[in-house]
Amino acid sequence: MGEQITGAESLVKSLEAAEAEVVFGIPGGAILPAYDPLMDSTKVRHVLVRHEQAGGHAAEGYAAATGRVGVCMATSGPGATNLVTPIADAHMDSVPMVAITGQVPSAAIGTDAFQEADIRGITMPITKHNYLVTNPDEIPQAVAEAFHLAASGRPGPVLVDVSKDALQATTEFHWPTEVNMPGYHPTTRPHSKQIREAARAILASRQPVLYVGGGVIRAGATQSLRRFAELTGIPVVTTLMARGAFPDSHPQHLGMPGMHGTVAAVGALQKSDLLITLGARFDDRVTGKLSTFAPRASVIHADIDPAEIGKNRHADIPIVGDLAEVIPELVTAVEAELGEGAAPDYADWWGQLNRLRETYPLGYDLPDDGTLSPQYVIERLGKISGPDSIYAAGVGQHQMWAAQFIGYEHPGTWLNSGGLGTMGYAVPAAMGAKVGRPDTTVWAVDGDGCFQMTNQELATCAINNIPIKVALINNSSLGMVRQWQTLFYNERYSNTDLHSHSFPDFVKLAEAYGCHGLQATSAEEVDGIIEKAMGINDAPVVIDFRVHKDAMVWPMVAAGTSNDDIMVARAMAPEWGSDD
Amino acid sequence: MSRHTLSVLVEDKPGVLARVASLFSRRGFNIESLAVGPTELPEVSRMTIVVNVDRLPLEQVTKQLNKLINVLKIVELEEETSVQREIMLVKVKANLDTRSHILETVQLFRAKVVDVSTDAVTIEATGAHDKLEALLRVLEPFGVTELVKSGLVAVGRGSRSISERSLRPVDRSA
Repeated sequence: MGEQITGAESLVKSLEAAEAEVVFGIPGGAILPAYDPLMDSTKVRHVLVRHEQAGGHAAEGYAAATGRVGVCMATSGPGATNLVTPIADAHMDSVPMVAITGQVPSAAIGTDAFQEADIRGITMPITKHNYLVTNPDEIPQAVAEAFHLAASGRPGPVLVDVSKDALQATTEFHWPTEVNMPGYHPTTRPHSKQIREAARAILASRQPVLYVGGGVIRAGATQSLRRFAELTGIPVVTTLMARGAFPDSHPQHLGMPGMHGTVAAVGALQKSDLLITLGARFDDRVTGKLSTFAPRASVIHADIDPAEIGKNRHADIPIVGDLAEVIPELVTAVEAELGEGAAPDYADWWGQLNRLRETYPLGYDLPDDGTLSPQYVIERLGKISGPDSIYAAGVGQHQMWAAQFIGYEHPGTWLNSGGLGTMGYAVPAAMGAKVGRPDTTVWAVDGDGCFQMTNQELATCAINNIPIKVALINNSSLGMVRQWQTLFYNERYSNTDLHSHSFPDFVKLAEAYGCHGLQATSAEEVDGIIEKAMGINDAPVVIDFRVHKDAMVWPMVAAGTSNDDIMVARAMAPEWGSDD
Repeated sequence: MSRHTLSVLVEDKPGVLARVASLFSRRGFNIESLAVGPTELPEVSRMTIVVNVDRLPLEQVTKQLNKLINVLKIVELEEETSVQREIMLVKVKANLDTRSHILETVQLFRAKVVDVSTDAVTIEATGAHDKLEALLRVLEPFGVTELVKSGLVAVGRGSRSISERSLRPVDRSA
């Protein structure tokens, strides 16, 4: 007979066996038994957060920055329901995450017991899979499966709900040597016929575009993407989730497509005759009005998730597989075709695109009244901190500007909530990223609205020596909503003024949390204050950049309209030029 | 829109019915009928799901269903190449004048009377969807006071079994 331990000890041993190095969580009644052995673990570090939502986003930030599975932990009922937002967020953005929750004792399940919530039922549509464990012997198997599911195939969140009596009961620990789930066999190896067909279509096309999504980053396929792009000379666009998948400095990079994409990237998709879609999912924020999206293009769609293929746009050549295998095979197949004399000529195509790129570069106007331009702040931040830093954004105008005006050269340096659009993501995600990559400078680029949703984690950062830096783009309002009110609601600013140039005092707030608080109100101060923040590593830093509130994000494709109707600035449409 | 019959093999785990049903509701599909039961394999259950839906959204639902970890296999059964059955219990008003007419109808449809009282008969009928609909139409004039139907169950014709590998699942790969 093996060593008799508690279910709680088995859970901690399971986390150790799964090589979890850090857990972000908060204890409470039902999960309490697990926290006792967790205190003794030398392998698993626990970071005590201030709100479970932040624990979830920290796990996401950790995962996105390191490529490892992020782990968060909470108690039953409200602890678990507070994880719902980050779980949904991780599901939308394919983030590998395991959430461990305590559940009321099995005899009490279904009785509306104190702090009882059916978290397995609640999270069914927003997890890749989830478990309710009431038998302590099943804890290691569930944890092993959860980590395997979270990290393999299309990554995503998995929740393991463990009843309190299972944590308290006696069991033996047996870590499964292999995980075999009869209903789970993700296709990783692409079909060779599809690869050949794709290679031929690519070389036969005249106006191809590499439409690159976040899947390329999740698959760790950015090096082979670069090889493939350079082999073919095809223009590249990277979606919001794919910023950093291909160097922004690369001459073949046209930037980000979509609602706030560059004219060149949006125009390339619209005029293309072949979209080579890699780990992207034709999201409405990229396609605009779907029926008018890339109307002349055939579609090659490679993704590990077959359900993404053909979901929004018909795929002429579907390829199911892991991009880490698909892209190298495409390289080989294209090389073979080139060896047989295929000679694609994209000179005309590049001529058109370069014209767009030169005529409509990303830019912004400085405010007439001399107040601070938010775009300028973000642009300077990217220049000074550089492409080796990690940038985690909240959601809204500052997020779009951070996607536009910071140059990304490496995968895993741009973290944001793309699919769900979760305000409050930045600070906890930056915290998780800093824990995972302590030697890297990590900035949270946050808005004053977003920041006030999760800024309590500054305490966690200060206490646990997690010196993140926060660039607070404080325009005193819910800027993106305000922008829509300006454009579509006749400048009626219903409930978007946050008065955050008056309340709270963010410098004092930062100091109250044991952080350094700085403030800049003019362009002259920007470089100096960023450099000052760069020099501070003993505690987190918050810079309150008081910026102009009427700045808008451009270009813009208004929701529900065609990409062809992109506006470069208010009431200013681009000249597309001839289509030949 | 057209009717489709899906046979879904699932692991017999708690919550699996909720997972499958919620996927349909999330996509806005009405499940017309649903039958769940054990199979020849231990720990494997079979769901027979009838949905009224267009081809393209159906493909999306089957792909989403395939992503559920507890779903093992999905096969669409065509009406021509499968045997499809429902069972129906129907209570019909009957008096001395109408009872013989009702019994005649029961015989015509090869149904059975399973309960008789002074003013009603209860009829059990098994068959394909259309046959039961036809029987119901004939019974309706007598006065149907209660009707209950099982979900449809279906099995492919011929010697092959759904659990064999040779049967191609619906669109698992692309």
